[in-house]
Amino acid sequence: MTRRVVSAVKVGKSFGPLQVLTEVSLDVHLGEVVCIIGPSGSGKTTFLRCINQLESISAGALWVDGELTGYRRVGDALHPLSEREILRQRRSTGMVFQRFHLFPHLTALGNIIEGPARILKRPMAQVREEGMALLERVGLADKANAYPAQLSGGQQQRVAIARALAMQPKLILFDEPTSALDTELVGEVLQVMRDLARSGMTMIVVTHELKFAAEVADRVVFMDAGRILEEAPPSALLYQPQHDRTKRFLSSFAR
Amino acid sequence: MSDAARLKTIAEDAAHQQELDIANLRHIKPRHYGRMIAAAIILLLAALLVRAFAEGQIGWAVVGQYIFWPTIMMGVVNTVWLSVASMAIGVILGGLCAVARSSPNAVLRTVALFYTWFFRGTPIILQLLVWYNLALVFPHIGIKGIWYAKTVHVMTPAAAALLGLGLNEGAYISEIMRAGLLAVDVGQYEACKAIGMPRLMMLRRIIMPQALRVAIPPLGNEFIGLVKTSSLASIVGFTDLLKASENVYYVNTAVMELLLVAGLWYLVVVTVLSVFQRSLEQRASRGFARAAR
Repeated sequence: MTRRVVSAVKVGKSFGPLQVLTEVSLDVHLGEVVCIIGPSGSGKTTFLRCINQLESISAGALWVDGELTGYRRVGDALHPLSEREILRQRRSTGMVFQRFHLFPHLTALGNIIEGPARILKRPMAQVREEGMALLERVGLADKANAYPAQLSGGQQQRVAIARALAMQPKLILFDEPTSALDTELVGEVLQVMRDLARSGMTMIVVTHELKFAAEVADRVVFMDAGRILEEAPPSALLYQPQHDRTKRFLSSFAR
Repeated sequence: MSDAARLKTIAEDAAHQQELDIANLRHIKPRHYGRMIAAAIILLLAALLVRAFAEGQIGWAVVGQYIFWPTIMMGVVNTVWLSVASMAIGVILGGLCAVARSSPNAVLRTVALFYTWFFRGTPIILQLLVWYNLALVFPHIGIKGIWYAKTVHVMTPAAAALLGLGLNEGAYISEIMRAGLLAVDVGQYEACKAIGMPRLMMLRRIIMPQALRVAIPPLGNEFIGLVKTSSLASIVGFTDLLKASENVYYVNTAVMELLLVAGLWYLVVVTVLSVFQRSLEQRASRGFARAAR
């Protein structure tokens, strides 16, 4: 059995009276690519945000890279960790946002080296060299000095992926990485993600790209109304779904 | 082709030829007579104004004589340092206050709100007078054993002016900074958190640079306003530029000449500041397509 990078056990999340996640349990192993699909409002994005603690969970427990996240056990209760500890834990997880969220006042290279240079305080020369290598890897070596506003959406998202990689995370979370892109730009981002998956990166991808899921994912998870209804290899889940709700959801995609 | 059809083609050709002739005609630019008349009137009025000043009872030689007069130069220096120092206090206080306003801590939020409310809500002259006369209510200030002094010795005209203007400015600047902070997309905070950036580094490296881009034009406005508001500091006995020129004309009675001297110096200071603001703006708009030119 390979090492578990993420282990969620009965994770619950509520915003006031609104229950967004209910008893979500999921294991993701080293090198695995898991795609989460489901209708909007099903809690997929919230679950992803819980994994890197952009949201704190209100029930259950979540381990990332073997460490209990956000809490420390004291006796029979879970006490919240300090801001510092949470920041340290987040560094093992990279996140790619739907709307990129590049830093607009920094160049492409500046965005990538900000984390390793300022947060990890690594030597500048080395960080720059690695940053250039990452830009090369996402096919944007010639855009090192371009500002985000001078890049297309697809290029911005590729820089965002490089920025996440620069922190050398154990796992990368993708929150609908192609949903904000023009159709013709989706392909270049998916290609970078495909290469990343092939290189053995552990990835959790919230997506509506079922073709990508079918091709790249090791497992597909279907969520609805804050619960995981089904999880199976893509060939099974996408082509022989067990659950009626999954069938209905999949049939809404004209294929 | 029938005769009728042939006739129709000839008629169409003729019509087309006519259209071509029209399309080739010379284009005349529109004449804006209203604008021309307005410009002429303005030029005339400007000429009259220049003549009035040339013929008026102004001793231009006196203006030239006093422009670099030591008393005046001292006033310029005082006005500049008081403005710069008050602005520095204002920016620091305003920045802290703006961050406090968005804090999840209710005490910080309330204190910041109270500060803005109080210092924006009372006249600056009143605040200057209160600081200057602080000794009336607190004869001594400080903490016994560490530093302790008579208030009258501490609250000099310069100290009262600096405190009054700086604290007042901070209240206004906090709102400008807050507008700047609000203009930064929430995604920026999340992107910082996602790479594990500490809160202070996030504010300094990512949020503030973007907030300042929005805040610099109104901050420049504030600074320029402050240079002139600083002349109110004369009410607590501070010798700023305007007060210095008054001191000179009390002696030589060249009132208008000395006011002109002061006015010219204010213009010089403000012009330098505007140039400085522009270069600051250019630096702050790095990466934004709609940059200030």
